[in-house]
Amino acid sequence: MTSTEVPLSVNRGLQMAGLDAQFWSTQGSNLLLAAIAILAFLVVVSLIMFGADLVRGAIRDKVQLVVLISPVLLLLAIGLIWPAIDTIWLSFNDVVEQPDPVTGIYTTVTQFVGLDNYVFAFSDPTTLRSVINTFVWMVLVPALSTGIGLAYAVFIDRAKGEKILKSLVFMPMAISFVGASVIWGAIMYDYNQVGNQTGTINAVLDLLGFNPVNFLVDSPWNTFYLIVILVWIQTGFAMVIISAAIKGVPVEMNEAASLDGANPWQRFWSITVPSIRPTLVVVLTTITIASLKVYDIVRTLTQGRNGTDIVANKMYVFGFVEGREPLGAALAVILFLFVIPIVIYNVRSLNKVKETR
Amino acid sequence: MSITMPPAGPAVTPDAEPTRKKTRAAQAKENLTSPWATAAAIIIALLWTIPTVALFMTALVPGSRYRTDAWWTVLLDGDLTFSNFGYVLFRSFGDNSTAPPLLGNVMNSIVVTVPAVVFPVVLGLMAAYAFAWIPFKGSNFLFVMIFALQVVPLQLALIPLLRILGPENVGVAGQFPGVWIAHTIFAMPLAVFLLHNFVAQIPSDILEAARVDGASHTQTFFRIIIPLSLPAVASLAIFQFLWVWNDLLVSAVFGGNKTYPLTYPISNLAGAYGEFAYLVPSAAFISMIIPLIVFFALQRYFVRGLLAGSTKG
Repeated sequence: MTSTEVPLSVNRGLQMAGLDAQFWSTQGSNLLLAAIAILAFLVVVSLIMFGADLVRGAIRDKVQLVVLISPVLLLLAIGLIWPAIDTIWLSFNDVVEQPDPVTGIYTTVTQFVGLDNYVFAFSDPTTLRSVINTFVWMVLVPALSTGIGLAYAVFIDRAKGEKILKSLVFMPMAISFVGASVIWGAIMYDYNQVGNQTGTINAVLDLLGFNPVNFLVDSPWNTFYLIVILVWIQTGFAMVIISAAIKGVPVEMNEAASLDGANPWQRFWSITVPSIRPTLVVVLTTITIASLKVYDIVRTLTQGRNGTDIVANKMYVFGFVEGREPLGAALAVILFLFVIPIVIYNVRSLNKVKETR
Repeated sequence: MSITMPPAGPAVTPDAEPTRKKTRAAQAKENLTSPWATAAAIIIALLWTIPTVALFMTALVPGSRYRTDAWWTVLLDGDLTFSNFGYVLFRSFGDNSTAPPLLGNVMNSIVVTVPAVVFPVVLGLMAAYAFAWIPFKGSNFLFVMIFALQVVPLQLALIPLLRILGPENVGVAGQFPGVWIAHTIFAMPLAVFLLHNFVAQIPSDILEAARVDGASHTQTFFRIIIPLSLPAVASLAIFQFLWVWNDLLVSAVFGGNKTYPLTYPISNLAGAYGEFAYLVPSAAFISMIIPLIVFFALQRYFVRGLLAGSTKG
């Protein structure tokens, strides 16, 4: 460790100069701002709650209920529901520059254009490509993550060192999509046209006598290589949930089956899988939704080049980079349409669970 | 989004070992019947671990050799160095004359994350208590709606919410409060749902006894709900911490130059593939250290939160 500490401390000594007093005062005031915000928040919430406790009479319970529940309802109404409705409305409009009929000054006007934005989304080749790619992500990521997670959970069930084996596959859950993209893009997939291959996979391919692959450029397989990154992250999630469900399957059922002469493969398909089916559905739907929304991977590695774009990234580019907000809104609505079946299914299941309680 | 609704209580220990005896018996059977399964498990475990190890090793490759030599070559030459870490943290992340060092973004990540964890946890617990224990008209409808909001893509709210928080209205977009508010809003459905699952399982005797003693909702909340739901609060807090710390989209939309967390410059430089690409692995590793520590130290709570079941909005 001593040999590694030296360069670091040397660097610090030399380079702290770059971090001047201005830097530290900014950081100090930012931290102070966060501390004050938390403190003020807690004080205000407590004061309101205790204030509601001073109310006397029959109305007290009602006042306190309102205090407990209104912050969440207001935040959701103003921050999520209203904006969602507004986005849907915006997706049927266009923003155009027009001279004002009276003054003649050019102003931006919102104009109803019907389905034009959607027609564009499905006719513009690059946008259409992003819709198709999103669909591919939505199908492949849940299938692969759940499949591998299930296999792994079964393989390591009650094995020696199960905890450690679980942690290893679960670990990518703690890594950001950006971090994972760097890992795969710059480390595993790196491709050099000339000279040595420095990317881990290409170096191995080189060693085995295969041609190196330009993973992020070769279309259409590059989309598949990006999908691998999300599968790498989500498999741990699938595995942990499925593993807990497998442990809930009664041991007696497996023992009875094996006495009847069922081999492990038969036991897996006739006992384990049917027993954990509800969990598999939860895992599949959860990962499906996640794979729709992730934009970090594409943005970090390809910015949508070479036919890898997805709706979530395109929506960001339209809405916040190119200033074509109505188009961005239409793409957001398309994402929403993808999840509507899942929303309906989940609400039904939730109501079923509530009824059986 | 749990359909099976596994109990969220402390009873759930995902790594719960069955009794010693059973473990050994099952293990013997496992070893006899499935050497292939063990081999496959080890291969998967390796495939899932190698990339992170490779990242760390690549972060140690000096810039002069980054383009020409893989990390194992540099390792064999004894040229690995920690200097990239010091450079990106304290000197510059990119071109020395224009790009600021990452230390500022590390601080931004902290300043963004801590309040964005505290706010939704507190507000979510209040609402969770109300939905679980205070009967009122429309309670069921509202709860189902919040549950459904979990799966609505947050992209659907971004454009109008930015306008609401932007300069013409609230005027906090591009500053820390804007990012905190956005994160708090997007965390709300998960927070309410996850905490509700837990709070609803507090034995009703305890709450009824408090009511009989004349405790108001406020008193019950402070004296019973908060102390008893600390494990669930811990789960949610870890969840939200990882989510906010690792987030790029919300920070990119609602933040600005003065608030960008680690993910933002890393994503930009990683996509540029320029002469400073050699700095990206060490930066990515720096961004991963704190979440990995939190993750391994508190994995039990994190898994419990996952099992309490939900998707992230």
